[in-house]
Amino acid sequence: MTVARSLAHDSAPLHVTGQARYIDDLPVPAGTRHLAFGLSTIARGTILTCDLAAVRAAPGVVAVLVAADLPFANDVSPSAHDEPLLADGTVHYIGQPVFLVIAGSHLAARRAARLGQITYAEETPILTIDAALAANSRFEDGPRVWAKGDVDAALSAAPLRLSGRMSIGGQEHFYLEGQAALALPGEGGEMHVHASTQHPTEIQHKVADALGLPMHMVRAEVRRMGGGFGGKESQGNALAVACAIAARLTGRACKMRYDRDDDMIITGKRHDFRIDYDLGHTPDGRILALDVIHHARCGWAMDLSLPVADRAMLHADNAYLLEAVRITSHRLKTNTQSATAFRGFGGPQGMLGMERIIDHLAHALRLDPVAVRQVNYYAEAAGGAASIANSGGGSAPARYGETVLQTVSDPVPAPRDIYAQKKPGRGTRFGGPHSPKVAGQTTPYGMEVTDFALHGLTGALLASADYAARVRAVADWNASQPILKKGIAFSPVKFGISFTLTHLNQAGALVHVYQDGSVHLNHGGTEMGQGLFQKVAQVAASRFGLDAGAIRISASDTAKVPNTSATAASSGSDLNGMAAQAACDTIIARMADCLASLHQTTPDQVRFADGQVHVGPVSMPFAQAAKTCYMQRVSLSATGFYKTPDLHWDRIKGAGRPFFYFSYGAAITEVVIDSLTGENRILRADLLHDTGASLNPALDIGQVEGAYVQGAGWLTTEELVWDDKGALRTHAPSTYKIPACADRPDIFNVALWNQPNPAATVYRSKAVGEPPLMLGISAFLALGHAVSACGPGYPALDAPATPEAILAAIRRVRA
Amino acid sequence: MNISFLLNGETVQVAADPARSLLDWLRIEKNLCGTKEGCNEGDCGACTVMVSDASGARALNACILMLPQLAGKAVRTVEGIGGPAGQMHPVQQALVDHHGSQCGFCTPGIVVSMATAHLNGRTDHDDQLAGNLCRCTGYAPIIRAAKAVETLPVPDWLTEGHGKVGLDPPAAPPLSGNVGFNPPYLPENADALAHWYADNPDATLIAGATDVGLWITKQLRTLPQVAFLHRCADLQRIGITDDSILVGAGVTMTDLLALLHQHHPSYAAMVRRYGSVQVRNAATIGGNIANGSPIGDNAPALIALDASLTLRHGDTRRTMPVEAFFLAYGRQDRRPGEFLELVTLPRRAPALRCYKISKRFDQDISALCGAFNVTVAGGKVQAARIAFGGMAGIPKRAAAVEAALLGQDWTETTIRAALPAFASDFTPLSDMRASAAYRLEVARNLLMRYFADLQGAATDVLAVQA
Repeated sequence: MTVARSLAHDSAPLHVTGQARYIDDLPVPAGTRHLAFGLSTIARGTILTCDLAAVRAAPGVVAVLVAADLPFANDVSPSAHDEPLLADGTVHYIGQPVFLVIAGSHLAARRAARLGQITYAEETPILTIDAALAANSRFEDGPRVWAKGDVDAALSAAPLRLSGRMSIGGQEHFYLEGQAALALPGEGGEMHVHASTQHPTEIQHKVADALGLPMHMVRAEVRRMGGGFGGKESQGNALAVACAIAARLTGRACKMRYDRDDDMIITGKRHDFRIDYDLGHTPDGRILALDVIHHARCGWAMDLSLPVADRAMLHADNAYLLEAVRITSHRLKTNTQSATAFRGFGGPQGMLGMERIIDHLAHALRLDPVAVRQVNYYAEAAGGAASIANSGGGSAPARYGETVLQTVSDPVPAPRDIYAQKKPGRGTRFGGPHSPKVAGQTTPYGMEVTDFALHGLTGALLASADYAARVRAVADWNASQPILKKGIAFSPVKFGISFTLTHLNQAGALVHVYQDGSVHLNHGGTEMGQGLFQKVAQVAASRFGLDAGAIRISASDTAKVPNTSATAASSGSDLNGMAAQAACDTIIARMADCLASLHQTTPDQVRFADGQVHVGPVSMPFAQAAKTCYMQRVSLSATGFYKTPDLHWDRIKGAGRPFFYFSYGAAITEVVIDSLTGENRILRADLLHDTGASLNPALDIGQVEGAYVQGAGWLTTEELVWDDKGALRTHAPSTYKIPACADRPDIFNVALWNQPNPAATVYRSKAVGEPPLMLGISAFLALGHAVSACGPGYPALDAPATPEAILAAIRRVRA
Repeated sequence: MNISFLLNGETVQVAADPARSLLDWLRIEKNLCGTKEGCNEGDCGACTVMVSDASGARALNACILMLPQLAGKAVRTVEGIGGPAGQMHPVQQALVDHHGSQCGFCTPGIVVSMATAHLNGRTDHDDQLAGNLCRCTGYAPIIRAAKAVETLPVPDWLTEGHGKVGLDPPAAPPLSGNVGFNPPYLPENADALAHWYADNPDATLIAGATDVGLWITKQLRTLPQVAFLHRCADLQRIGITDDSILVGAGVTMTDLLALLHQHHPSYAAMVRRYGSVQVRNAATIGGNIANGSPIGDNAPALIALDASLTLRHGDTRRTMPVEAFFLAYGRQDRRPGEFLELVTLPRRAPALRCYKISKRFDQDISALCGAFNVTVAGGKVQAARIAFGGMAGIPKRAAAVEAALLGQDWTETTIRAALPAFASDFTPLSDMRASAAYRLEVARNLLMRYFADLQGAATDVLAVQA
């Protein structure tokens, strides 16, 4: 089977030789025009005058457009139609596009865009959470509130109480390829748009509206992105729409790419949050009641803020059973970039809030934080043993490159179509406490948790990382060191998989088998580096019994697969893998019918394996089978469709089953800090992550490693700073610091908890894009642990834990 | 005027437009789109190219490498790293085998950095790749790939090409007609520069373009008249006497780093974190001082060392202590037509310690940078030179702190008694890198660190292991 093999990314040879093409690398027709936006220089106000004479007169400028020049919809919002392409009289943040320059070159457009003379009637901008609360500046009519049990009564009755507050910073995506789009005008008003986007259908839709065309006149295509991370779910709309409008106006191909500073100034980022909590608990660390309030700074337009804030609420429990809980969420409107999707989509903020609460609780009670976590965990599902695949290094048993995934020693009782590895191996058996499944345990939003895997996974990680001994070693080391202090922390992840907007949980695929046996595959997902195309190709190859190389992967294209959902919510392989599987199976059934009748047997006697088609006792190469079916006039092309079953969700009530299943993981991180400066380093990280029966362990480990570093970056060096006028001061890599090479853990042990998904996903795999980002929370908690070695107080670290934040926390614990 | 250089083994001639970056030229004129623009300011490394001359091969950021800087050199882009018959370079194959690319956009730069490091026999992978940001992989598989090729031979096609390049640049015929820019001046030595600059005092001097390059790519400034100094070999000389080290202003930070390893290891440890390989390969010590930045990292170290600068105007030279050069924010004691020619620093300073504080260890501009050089004899402080960057509008000595230490017992009591003096020496600003309060507190704490450091206590988180 081609699935479960650690094949390289399909584009890896193109990446390393520089042949992989991104939008700005595509050959363009002669006379292509280049675009740039002129940006607002104030955070809030009304445009009084807009003198663009110098812009128009600048060398190379072809045309300059303002809102009034737009032919149809002035709207690039993915949600509430509150985001004009060009400012329509008022401006709402520093960096908002006000006018559009069309010029002969990228440089000419950039130069001219700086020459606009705009005067404003300025108003006082609302920049902070407190200012927004004071002004009641928010999306929706008030806070969303979800509750379970009688939290007020439970808090009052609790023997002990604990409260606190935490600030959580945002995060710039810093995809290496900035936003980019290229529009090619066609005949009869058609428009073909190449865009660096996670959401081709959204691009198609917004461009069609902007051109006053039906969607069938617009084709959106994307072969790959140079990184997305959620930042290309909606933020590419403006460029694609601008290019399409300019292409319609000029009749020329039009291209736009943001300079990095423009990209960071214009586009949205991860939402920053403030979380307040009031906890009732027992002296032994059991949570009795929790009242938690989220404040999300959403920026100036709605964008995706409501589902982001919802998902933060949906992860406010993380891995812990809460019987009396109230989650309140304020979605605050501020005069800053419109915060948007970012890997985890609110989940990380909600989860970090809960992990902070547990950490605070353990510190207050002087209990082992891991024990406090375990005692509050949801109960385990039946089963709990698994095998692992490793990334190499440390005490891990084997390197993944050499390792065939190992036997599942004690698998979950298998549904009929379960896929499981059956190869023998020297599997390390990880048996956690096999708690009986507890019927009826529910999340704060009433969803039953039936697949909880963290008891066994936690036990396995604590053992492989030698946690208990290292906690003692850290304490001993700290006792001998006056200036430097180490810290170590564990954190778990339980992440819900499915779009919470239920209708998005659908996908399509298009598969062609040509008469020479080669296979062409399209699906609705997009490739941003995560290896989705290879995973789906492996699914298709497995259905046909072929090598993955027999499957030609091609660009995502709305003309081939329509009505796609964004490649987001970690759903790419779950949805598109299933859709591709359905398409392949349709063709396989037709071929089996044809070949069976030719060989006087029944279709169930036809098997596709090892590059051959076996028809009863007769075998033939797949190519010959394809040719035969073609000659017999069998359709060798099929679409496939999938929709996730069993979802129902009421986001206003906060009730239902928003998720098909949960993904799990856990991490242990060891750090060191300098108590004189707050400088810090990650010394070691051990990760164990649940990817179900992995479709491709190497790609999944790559996702886990990369997500951890990105998550740790969010919580350490990545600090967004706005000044008191609302200007973003960290708008380039010179001032905004994502992790560099040496910031990865010195020792980095990554393993997969390779147990089939109890839910009926494609080959029993699990989504992997977002969940491991939250493994980085362990690094943040470890920094807090190190700070707590400096004094008796609770560190109450805010995120990101920059050297300055750590030094401030040291002062607090010593106070 | 034209210049010529080798591009992936082929001779090319281009107009020496001082405002044209190699990156734009490669992508727009040559359709070599493997080299990527990630930031256009030399901070991400996606545009890394290999540039060779008689002194060897170096990785440089093509986004802030202007075409005139390439005269007589050999450039290899990612398209020229593999073999002539389409073979992959070992680092390319290793990146595939170890899953070292995800989105692939940083990958060409990573490939070129790795291939250059491999060519040069470097195995300090974290340093060699500090200037290449990757947002997808978390770097672990890239480092696995780098380790995997450490012992593999350099492919023939790189060594053969490398032997020839840069030694005999073909002559470039003059370009006729209106070229659309004022041709840059490319002096061959300091004398030529001195006389030309005396006559053209409003010109902009560009050494490595790691600072001025951003005026062009980010501020979109037009520079009417520029001179590129990289051909002045005499500005790149290093001399060592019994008690002094003489460093030409055109010495790159890479060459300075190699020198400092032997003589001033703490200064070297700080310079290792200055920029990245690509930036240090271009940036010069002279540029870092002469631009007058209050956050340049060389100045505090040099002030603490009691180094001096030699400035030259025509044939007239004058020498001053480094701290005297910095007058006020944006203002230096440099006269029109005068340029920095030489930096002279003492050869020995065993008590020198340099502490660079930033949000990220590698390739980050300092929030503050403190340099300490205290001489203790008989238990008492005989001399003290303490200087900071990032604490004022200029790199500045901590005169009051020094005064509080001088003549006192070298004890923790003395150190603590000197701490309040920081507030009279410095009134730092708050900005995106740190608050004023943090800067002041850490400046004080760095004196504590210095004391502990000299006592042999563990003070460096970079030296700690799990």
